Amino acid sequence: MKEIFVRPERCMGCRSCEIACAVEHSGSKTLFGALTDKPEPRKRLYVETIGSQRMPLLCHHCDEAPCVAVCRTGATSKDEVTGIVTKDHDKCVGCWVCATICTYGVVGREKEERIALKCDRCKDMEIPACVKACPTGTLIFLEERQLADIGSRDASMKTAEIQRSRSTPEIQS
Amino acid sequence: MAKNIKDRSIDPASQEMLAVAAKAGLETAWDRFDKQQPQCGFGELGLCCRNCNMGPCRIDPFGEAATKGVCGATADIIVARNLLRAIAAGASAHSDHARDVAHTFKLMSEGKAPSYQVKDQAKLARLMKEYGVSTQVDLADAVLAEFGKQEGPIQFISRAPAKRQEIWKNLGIEPRGIDREIVECMHKTTMGVDNDHVNLLLQGLRASLADGWGGSMIATELQDIMFGTPTPVRAMANLGVLEADKVNIIVHGHEPLLSEMIVSAASDPELVDLAKKQGAKGINVAGMCCTGNEILVRHGIPIAGNFLQQELAVATGAVDAMVVDVQCVMPALGALAGCFHTKFISTSPKAKFPGATHMELKEESAYETAKQIVRVAVVNYGLRDPTKVHIPNIKSEAIVGFSVEAIVGALGGTLKPLLDTIASGAVRGVAAVVGCNNPKVKQDYGHVNLVKELIRNNVLVVTTGCNAQACAKAGLLLPEAADLAGDGLKAVCKALGVPPVLHMGSCVDISRIMVACAAIADALGCDISDLPAAAAAPEWMSEKAVAIGAYVVGSGVYTILGTIPPILGSQGVTELLTEGIKGVTGGAFAVEPDPNKAAKLMIDHIEAQRKKLGL
Repeated sequence: MKEIFVRPERCMGCRSCEIACAVEHSGSKTLFGALTDKPEPRKRLYVETIGSQRMPLLCHHCDEAPCVAVCRTGATSKDEVTGIVTKDHDKCVGCWVCATICTYGVVGREKEERIALKCDRCKDMEIPACVKACPTGTLIFLEERQLADIGSRDASMKTAEIQRSRSTPEIQS
Repeated sequence: MAKNIKDRSIDPASQEMLAVAAKAGLETAWDRFDKQQPQCGFGELGLCCRNCNMGPCRIDPFGEAATKGVCGATADIIVARNLLRAIAAGASAHSDHARDVAHTFKLMSEGKAPSYQVKDQAKLARLMKEYGVSTQVDLADAVLAEFGKQEGPIQFISRAPAKRQEIWKNLGIEPRGIDREIVECMHKTTMGVDNDHVNLLLQGLRASLADGWGGSMIATELQDIMFGTPTPVRAMANLGVLEADKVNIIVHGHEPLLSEMIVSAASDPELVDLAKKQGAKGINVAGMCCTGNEILVRHGIPIAGNFLQQELAVATGAVDAMVVDVQCVMPALGALAGCFHTKFISTSPKAKFPGATHMELKEESAYETAKQIVRVAVVNYGLRDPTKVHIPNIKSEAIVGFSVEAIVGALGGTLKPLLDTIASGAVRGVAAVVGCNNPKVKQDYGHVNLVKELIRNNVLVVTTGCNAQACAKAGLLLPEAADLAGDGLKAVCKALGVPPVLHMGSCVDISRIMVACAAIADALGCDISDLPAAAAAPEWMSEKAVAIGAYVVGSGVYTILGTIPPILGSQGVTELLTEGIKGVTGGAFAVEPDPNKAAKLMIDHIEAQRKKLGL
């Protein structure tokens, strides 16, 4: 199964992922259309600053998801096949226990409708909206095993860069 | 290739060259546009502010996170400030162009710029009378003083109908001086000054009027005096005007101070001989963008294309020199020219480019520099690699050069025949369609389809800029195009032998459209906002278009934008510009990307205006 991975060192804090998330969860699913949605469309991921580091925080769809465990109405459930944790808004009563218990703080509260909101990994899209919107490749959507390939490619590029920066002055002299 | 070529342009010459470019691995604006996707939503809505270093700040359009910047600026304030800065930039471009022309006019008048001469004595006399001066140098000084005037109003404001001047006076937006209004935009938008979106937008109108009835109008008038007032002339348009066996020089940018000199130098016998010695059959000058329009409407010099074709022209491999001055010149040209023998030559001290050779054009020695530039192109012809040459065999004929004077001339010396056809209903009204290309729109799709739909509904179209070039390429600037018009307009065009779409010149020549509007309104004894008229910029991209849109709406004309301006993040600004302003200037903006729907909005507006006038 593909998952959303975060490479925080690339994050510029532009919040494009947040806007794209809110728009994808709006009625019209377009930026200009979403402006007049009532209630306003809500994002399901959050760009935060940790020291000097910016990074998007988003649902990890945990294997042992605490939000599923604490849900009393059965609104929150984990799909056995896809592993995606979703909320059934009709069953949600807005008790916020899931929001309180979430380790990553990524379950939001829609106060007007009194429902909890969380990432559904954009069920209708091949690539989740936040990943598609990310201009720097901070958010990537791939299989866990592919991550290792990217890691080794990044590492080799970095090594090559270091080599280049070391050899340049010698050439010049 | 990320996208189908047919999705990028409707122009067959562009399509052909896009295929050539893709095959050769050449990058174009369309490729870079694809790489910019998705574009930033905050930017699209106008909700980011970088005006001070407490920021950058941005407003959450959905009201969840930040609803104010660090200083407390709301979406309304941030959007209005950003819009005001865009207007200031656009107005400064037209007005600085005008300043250069006025400066050259002064040097010429003092006998210090022998390359330039007075070509239209009648217009010179008219302008001296208008300014109340008795010598040419005094006129130059009076015009130059418009830029630094403090208390105004600038002279050409008095060309507007009395009712319009009254509206501006009551709103307190009569431009005081061209530079002053632009500076005030910058002052008002810096940290902690004007934070009332209505007051900000009023200044936007004021600065834009200093462009439309100031800078742009000065540029048009003085250029007419120095290079001749356009009269109808036949010419060819599109990339097919480049010639395989001639030295090809493209002049690209905006000021005729350069292109006129290149045109003259290219017929210098010494250089023509040199070209022949190089094995070329002659020297072919072609225009691109508005400097191309300037020489197109005055001399019938062929036009190689509009904004999005600048790279495609270089990709033909047949351009020996791409000579540029200011505005709308892509910095990408340097790297692209480097893939060919093409010399990329910059000429303005204001505009230098990576990969360009700088050959500065000075007023005092303009012709000599132009000759040097042409010589470089001629010598460079010998380095052209014929295996890399691919010129699309596509070009269209057009009749261009409809200045207000030429239109009045074609009508027999008075506007009355036009007013009669409007009164009779044969012609429903007049639409001005102008503006840029923008890869957000399939090239020329917005332009051509909107214009076709308007003439089909008996709306006479006047055009400038990249729209005019799109129309030329699509064959709409020929009297025969009247066959595409509705019966009423067709009959009028056939009777007068004119096209249903009149090419009035470059982007600064939208001032000609303002003068025409004023003349028609005066003849009918009404204001510009009462006319059965509308305007559109279907593929706009430049800040200059923002300034133009503002002065056209500020002059009372209903105006459709084909690409979405970065203002929708503010309800206050959006509401004001599309609705609230109707009761203030009589004009308003609307946004409609679909050209057929845009045409309907314009036609509905024209019909409603006719009803109000009792027509």
